[in-house]
Amino acid sequence: MQSEKEITTKYLTLNMGPQHPATHGVLRLVLDLDGETVVKCTPHIGYLHRGMEKWSESRTYPTAMPLMNRLDYVAAVANEIGYCVAVERLLGVEVPERAKYIRTMTAEMVRICSHIIWLAAHAIDIGAMTVFLYSMRDRETLLDLFEMLCGARLLHIYPRIGGVRCDVSQEFLDGVYKFTDKFPKLIEEYETLIDQNRIWFQRTKGIGVIGAEEAINLGLTGPTLRGSGVAYDIRKVSPYDAYDKVEFDVPVGKNCDVYDRYRCRMDEFRQSNRIIRQCVEKLPDGLVLNPDAPGLDMLPGPIKKAAPVPAPEADAVPVMSPAGPAFTEIYSATEVPKGELGYYIVSDGTGKPYRMRIRTPSFMHISALPRFCEGNLVADVIALIGTIDIVLGECDR
Amino acid sequence: MGRLEIGMGPKEAAEALAKAFPSEIKETAEFQGQVSVTVSKDRIRDMMRFLHDDPALEFHFLSDICGVDYLDKKEPRFEVVYNLFSLPNKTSLRIKAQVAAEDLKIDSVVSVWAGANWRERECFDMFGIRFSGHPDLRRLLMPEDWDGYPLCKDYPLQSDLGDKEWQGYKDVIDTAESNKKYGVR
Amino acid sequence: MDNYAIYDGLYAILGIPRDCSLLLQFIAIMINIVLVIAVVMLHVAYATYFERKVIGHMQVRLGPMRVGWHGLLQPIADGLKLFFKEDIVPATDFKAVFKLAPIFVVFAALSSLAVIPFFSTFYIANINIGILYILAISAVSTYGIIMAGWASNSKYAFLGSLRSAAQLISYEVAMGLSLVGIMIMAGSLNLKEIVSAQQQQWYGMYLFPQFLGFFVFTVAAFAETNRVPFDLPEAETELVAGYFAEYSGMRFSLFFLGEYIAMIVMSSMSVLCFWGGWTLPPVITNAIPQLNMVPGIVWFVLKVYGHIFVFYWVRATLPRYRYDYLMRLGWKVLIPLALANIVITSIVKYLA
Repeated sequence: MQSEKEITTKYLTLNMGPQHPATHGVLRLVLDLDGETVVKCTPHIGYLHRGMEKWSESRTYPTAMPLMNRLDYVAAVANEIGYCVAVERLLGVEVPERAKYIRTMTAEMVRICSHIIWLAAHAIDIGAMTVFLYSMRDRETLLDLFEMLCGARLLHIYPRIGGVRCDVSQEFLDGVYKFTDKFPKLIEEYETLIDQNRIWFQRTKGIGVIGAEEAINLGLTGPTLRGSGVAYDIRKVSPYDAYDKVEFDVPVGKNCDVYDRYRCRMDEFRQSNRIIRQCVEKLPDGLVLNPDAPGLDMLPGPIKKAAPVPAPEADAVPVMSPAGPAFTEIYSATEVPKGELGYYIVSDGTGKPYRMRIRTPSFMHISALPRFCEGNLVADVIALIGTIDIVLGECDR
Repeated sequence: MGRLEIGMGPKEAAEALAKAFPSEIKETAEFQGQVSVTVSKDRIRDMMRFLHDDPALEFHFLSDICGVDYLDKKEPRFEVVYNLFSLPNKTSLRIKAQVAAEDLKIDSVVSVWAGANWRERECFDMFGIRFSGHPDLRRLLMPEDWDGYPLCKDYPLQSDLGDKEWQGYKDVIDTAESNKKYGVR
Repeated sequence: MDNYAIYDGLYAILGIPRDCSLLLQFIAIMINIVLVIAVVMLHVAYATYFERKVIGHMQVRLGPMRVGWHGLLQPIADGLKLFFKEDIVPATDFKAVFKLAPIFVVFAALSSLAVIPFFSTFYIANINIGILYILAISAVSTYGIIMAGWASNSKYAFLGSLRSAAQLISYEVAMGLSLVGIMIMAGSLNLKEIVSAQQQQWYGMYLFPQFLGFFVFTVAAFAETNRVPFDLPEAETELVAGYFAEYSGMRFSLFFLGEYIAMIVMSSMSVLCFWGGWTLPPVITNAIPQLNMVPGIVWFVLKVYGHIFVFYWVRATLPRYRYDYLMRLGWKVLIPLALANIVITSIVKYLA
């Protein structure tokens, strides 16, 4: 017989993923469990690593675009816009007003799409199955609108450097406007399904608490950060496209837990809806694509000096000297549904980037996952993966 | 919000850094309103600590860390780029630390920003730059037994296995070659 | 033997004299058992269809529509598919245990059917400890689940079976205690007598005086059958499928069968103990005497399906409990409630 002191206990190592229904793709977590409590959590990523940073070094700026929407494939347009904004800032390309509004509108539409996917997955992870089907029904409307807009439902490749590919039709605008009329009621419908539910409260309140300072220190962005009470939204802090011309609020959480992040995203639904509505109402006339912007026929060699670029805005610094041998670089951040998407592009003056670095929110969020998980129960790991809202394509690049 | 009016812009931030570490600063450049400061790597952790803690600067948010390989274009060959953002000042600043190919290491800043952990790991994974003081420096995106550092400019874009190449891959290449006559690329 | 008055119904139906030979009795029992199992299996098959339709319509979709008219043949197609699927046994040292586990589960579920009186004259065995028997036998399925989890050689299955064991044992206590009130009121453990005792009251259902017991019983029944919101042992998003993660084909379908039969058994228990079984409340039958013409089995089946519908409804509505909350609910809420119910019932019975 062993005395009580001699009995040693071992942690149970549980390998969650890369194939697991709740890891949202090919995330692999190695969990050390003490009973049901997670003692240690080690994420392993790279299963979807496609070498995009290296790959885009061998493509010209416009032809690298189709790579970019494979980052966060549930919000493709947002990534493309982020990329276009970065290249436009680097090359000093002007974007027509109308295109700016259209971009803002589509970016907010995919924000809704992405948050719908998040809501559906988050709810079904916690066990509320019906929300999934309700929200997917409404995502369909948006996908149909995208199909009307550019022919593609998921991977749109719709924005272009210096604008967007094609103009919007009146039918599309009518459809979008009708959707914005209807959507607030649908959000309320989702909320009736889970928001007053005691089990939902138990599963989300007080779980995954990360204070504001620590959240910033960990590099969290987007609704995951705003749920911790930090009103950091790139759309407000350094506006791009038409975000400085539309009105919207930045929802912020208070208790820094899963529930507050859920509330934040639910409120972002409403704000996005507001932005889309304003974009449709204010949409100016004019071109949608700057004719001087580099198109698909851009050559990989040194960039030739184009016709004199239109006068930049008052405070903007003059355009880079084309074909210069010096390296120029830009870090351009945009707010995609999951957080801050940053492109750091080093240019050597040719039509190809010398170095393209993509800073993605999911990557940062997964790196913070051990901090979220350790000390919680296995069931909470699922809720926490949901709350940081990740897409593995974006994490692994 | 009040501090925004004081106007601690990127230039002022770069000046403050230059004042605190005069011997470390090599070059300050501005492009499209973004200021980048090239520094030597030796006291990088102190500089980052200063930028993070200084009550006027408050660069609490580390947007990104990445490496750049300037093979045959610049000397020293590597740069580790830190993109910082100050939430109170709404100002961004770029710090570029030069790392020579002969001495491929730099101090880790994980003690300043916990979020630097994985990005330094990725930088090690892609460029082979060692971060001294990093708690867990392993390969991140590439398999653990991978050879070489893929984002280096001298990393081969195509394998040179010759006849030993996997047949399935050769078939794909052959098909692509034969499709060229149709103008398919 | 005669005391238990077994097989009256079947003897009457088949026209066999009560003092027939042993062989004939045996054949009669067999026919009875086969009849019950066949009918219940059919009900299980269509309970899955019913579930998919109900949940489908609750979730703004249609459910099965392709096989047969409105998907009516879907359960049969599913059964055929599962039957012919490859049977995969994982690399484990406990192959025999692995193979035995689903049989345990189905055995436990099917055995419970033996004492359920479907209507006044149709049952396999009418024993005096009916309730105890069902509680005891349904606990056997825990063994099946633990065996499955242990023999699967998989950590997910193992965790699922541990959760399940803890959950079933905790909620069995609550369930047993919730039925004590019924026993006190009816003065019997015999399910048939419980039903006839309910008929003595004008309201005809113990649901009304025993609403507390009914609440505890219903919640415990959800946990006993591993249904949402207590489906932690098979929580799809956490443990993939829990204890039957490694099972495929026919063995998987045995677990599935066990779960659905258990659901039917639990619903039947609830109907017999709280809803007056195959009878209607005397108030209603006195008011509308024509209702007496309807055979009792109709009411029984209707009530059981009403119960099963609640199972589905809850599944489409609620998120999943977390493990510690589940235990807290079981031990800190349900058991004290059930005990309070016993005390109240005893006092009222004593005073009356």
